[in-house]
Amino acid sequence: MSTDAEIQTRLIVGFEIHVQLATKTKLFCGCALGFGETPNSALCPVCMGLPGALPVLNRQAYDYSVLTGLALDCEIAEFTKWDRKSYYYPDLPKNYQTSQYDLPLASNGHFEIETKSGTRRIGILRAHLEEDAGKNLHDVPGCSLIDLNRAGTPLLEIVTQPEIHDPEEAYTFCTELQKLVTYLGVTHGIMQKGQMRFEPNINVAITTGGTEYRTPISEVKNLNSFRSVRSAIEYEFHRQVHDWKSDNGYLIKERPNENRGWDDDKGVTVFQRSKEGADDYRYFPDPDLVPVTVTQDWVNEVRLSLPELPAARIKRLTTDLKLTTEDAAAIVANRATADLFEAAIEAGGPATTLMKQYLNVWAKLANDQDASIAGLGVGHEAMASLAAMTEKGVVNATAANKIAEALIGSDKSPETLAEEMGLIAVLDEDQTEKWIDEAFAENADAVKDAVSSPKKAKKAAGFLRGQVMRISGGKANPKITGDLIEARLAELASEG
Amino acid sequence: MSVLTVRETASAIRGGSVTARSVVENALGVMEREDGRLRAMVCVRGDEALLAADAVDERVKRGDPVGALVGVPVVVKDNICTSGVATTCSSAILRDFVPPYDAHVVERLRAADAILLGKTNLDEFAMGSSTENSATSVTLNPWDELRVPGGSSGGSAVAVAAGMAPVALGSDTGGSIRQPAAFCGTVGLKPTYGRVSRYGLVAFGSSLDQIGPLTRTVEDAAIVLGAISGYDERDSTSADRAVPDYAAGLDRPMKGLRIGVPPECFGEGLSDTVRHSVEAALDVYRGEGAEIVEVHLPHLSYAVACYYVVATAEASSNLARYDGVHYGHRAADPEDIIDLYSRTREEGFGDEVKRRIMLGTYVLSSGYYDAYYLKALKVRALIRRDFEEAFSRVDVIASPVTPTTAFALGEKTDDPLAMYLADIYTISANLAGTCAISLPCGFDGGGGSDGGGGSGGVGLPIGLQLIGSWFEEEALLAAAHGYQLLTDHHERWPSDAA
Ligand SMILES: [Zn+2]
Repeated sequence: MSTDAEIQTRLIVGFEIHVQLATKTKLFCGCALGFGETPNSALCPVCMGLPGALPVLNRQAYDYSVLTGLALDCEIAEFTKWDRKSYYYPDLPKNYQTSQYDLPLASNGHFEIETKSGTRRIGILRAHLEEDAGKNLHDVPGCSLIDLNRAGTPLLEIVTQPEIHDPEEAYTFCTELQKLVTYLGVTHGIMQKGQMRFEPNINVAITTGGTEYRTPISEVKNLNSFRSVRSAIEYEFHRQVHDWKSDNGYLIKERPNENRGWDDDKGVTVFQRSKEGADDYRYFPDPDLVPVTVTQDWVNEVRLSLPELPAARIKRLTTDLKLTTEDAAAIVANRATADLFEAAIEAGGPATTLMKQYLNVWAKLANDQDASIAGLGVGHEAMASLAAMTEKGVVNATAANKIAEALIGSDKSPETLAEEMGLIAVLDEDQTEKWIDEAFAENADAVKDAVSSPKKAKKAAGFLRGQVMRISGGKANPKITGDLIEARLAELASEG
Repeated sequence: MSVLTVRETASAIRGGSVTARSVVENALGVMEREDGRLRAMVCVRGDEALLAADAVDERVKRGDPVGALVGVPVVVKDNICTSGVATTCSSAILRDFVPPYDAHVVERLRAADAILLGKTNLDEFAMGSSTENSATSVTLNPWDELRVPGGSSGGSAVAVAAGMAPVALGSDTGGSIRQPAAFCGTVGLKPTYGRVSRYGLVAFGSSLDQIGPLTRTVEDAAIVLGAISGYDERDSTSADRAVPDYAAGLDRPMKGLRIGVPPECFGEGLSDTVRHSVEAALDVYRGEGAEIVEVHLPHLSYAVACYYVVATAEASSNLARYDGVHYGHRAADPEDIIDLYSRTREEGFGDEVKRRIMLGTYVLSSGYYDAYYLKALKVRALIRRDFEEAFSRVDVIASPVTPTTAFALGEKTDDPLAMYLADIYTISANLAGTCAISLPCGFDGGGGSDGGGGSGGVGLPIGLQLIGSWFEEEALLAAAHGYQLLTDHHERWPSDAA
């Protein structure tokens, strides 16, 4: 038995990732994709597997898959076919799943992530398209119900090389991949809705006395958050090392690989089944579908729709607009929002103020509406004008907030709204002096404090400025007001 | 017999000399009289048919435009889906299955104003050559009721042969249209794979299945093919190519027609009566100036083995869906899901279907796939190449449809291999995907292939098979039509047999 001091361990993780594509219709029929609807409402003879019904490939699903393959720098296969994978399960209406077995549509790519130890390049073994199954519902005691709404939904399965060696790295890989595919627009990518499913294959290389041993691989199922991906990998690493320590025969060549489930409450993986005796899925080419021949023209056409990828875009924004990496990443997290931001810059919006309003004003409004910034429906020109007006002091920050809110659902310009709402800042000193007169008259105590009490002076002056803002209905310019109040107080003090 | 052909029926109704109602009533009358014994029909929808006929008559009276098959009674093999009408595949597992949709061909028939009379019997899931493997009934050959009608489209062939309808639709996976057509003395056409949409045909062997018509004349087959073929976006394997006017292209001179004759189709196992009739048919062509050319199909002897690997592999997967979970028969009080699956399928499928599912599952299994399925695909490619080679030299290939005339009921039920081998001449057209037609070319004179049966009448029908190149139905139909213009075998009725 080795002690910890004498062994070296290396975690080995590869992923199988299922990405539910956000196509309008299912992979092989015309039923609309939609969830949370009445069970068994989005069905037709094809996705119900009725006798005589035949599948027809959804071109959009294939395009989305090619697009993802290109973004992952994969080779796109010129020729692919469809294969039937046979197994009996109640939520699989035909008792076979149509998939791609030996000729995946994309292979041999990679994806780069930034980690603490620098840039890591993770190999992508393959990506292929397949149809999803329905769902078994066990809500009613004594019987199982089946909802086939999900049956036939297009899934892109991405398989990585086993090149991840750290739970944190795995976490970063998954979150970054999710950002990429949602950025590409090929999926909504919502983990809780099962639109992305990550299944890590995990084992450990243990070196002791100059010999390397490898533990059996476990595949962890049912992970529905990035946090649980990381926790499950951490847990598996410790469990496998522990199991090997207590039984040196716990090795990949001597024990079967296994499927394990993740218990999020207890924070442990649970044995599901052994993979002893490989499953025989009796794959064979689906005679109901024709092979897909992908021409160079087709690939080029899809390539044209490949946007600048998030990593490159963040880099460009930090260089060109001097944004911080964090700010740029926040903007690029949503492609339409980033497009809107860049269009606003293009339309003359000052970058720094626009950035501030994006993160403080617009992001907050979007959050309130459970939408993205782009989803607010406010145009890039309006955003650019508002930022410019704010920068020039035509409106102050508080007013800008109110105008931003009013812009949602309005076709008026920020200038018009500012005027209608009476929010144009008053730069006129005479008017400001009148407001100050009023504020000083109403708050003699504060004036007294400001002039004669060194302890309270600063607070009192601030209070007076706030009163001026209130009396002016937000129209007073804070800087001008501050300067005039300061001068007036200095005058009173010298008179003192 | 007073049954008219498709062409005669449609033109008489269109011209107003006959009503669709009277045609349908007559057809239903024949069914009423004959089908108690013959059992060609799985279900008859007389009331609906009469309503549809009245609607057609109404439109004719108003002078509205009507379709090519106006008022023509049709029956459809019961593995072709009909909306609201049970589609059982003559299987207990689908006894109560009512499809919510029409097959593409049924839509086409309705659009052409044909009148659907009912559904015809078949070997369960189209697996068989005698219509004895039916959970519904055993269909009898109208020429000799102690004999099989052939299969699997036995009900369709009998319905046409007995005058219940001038046209029936069948499906052909390895000869299931052509063989019963030959046994029952009708015309049976298997179109090129992809010519007719399979949407709504309950799949047996998806890469082999094709729907086609059974009729009394080649002309009728041409008219019906024109109505049912063409591109259907719901079937990925359907061909997106124009549909010629088949009926208009029938009259072609026989002179210069090149007919290939493969010696491989005239060897051991072929009965003398069938050989003589087919050779006599070739003489008819020769007499008209056609050129008879020897061609070779060197891989024909592997066709049956190849077919029973490919077809069963596909069937084992196609039939996996019948599990009692979603529709169809479900075993009572299952203990668990495995029990539900196994007892449902145990109770729901007949022996032949089970045999083929087991065979197909075996050939696709890990460790056997390469030796069986993959090798069969290679053989299939060679068979296709044989035909490509042959069709570079000839217009059509002629052969018998079957080695013998109709065999006796029960004769081969205990010997599946003998049953399979009887499909030797028809199977290769499915493996290659070409079109082929069976047409009556004589009778065995009452001697029967086994020397029994018959009673001194004309005896049992014999079929001539013509195989055409891919999507060359026009040439194939013209060659077959030319023969019918010169002969009268297709004008005989089973009553002549007595
Ligand atoms: Zn559907």
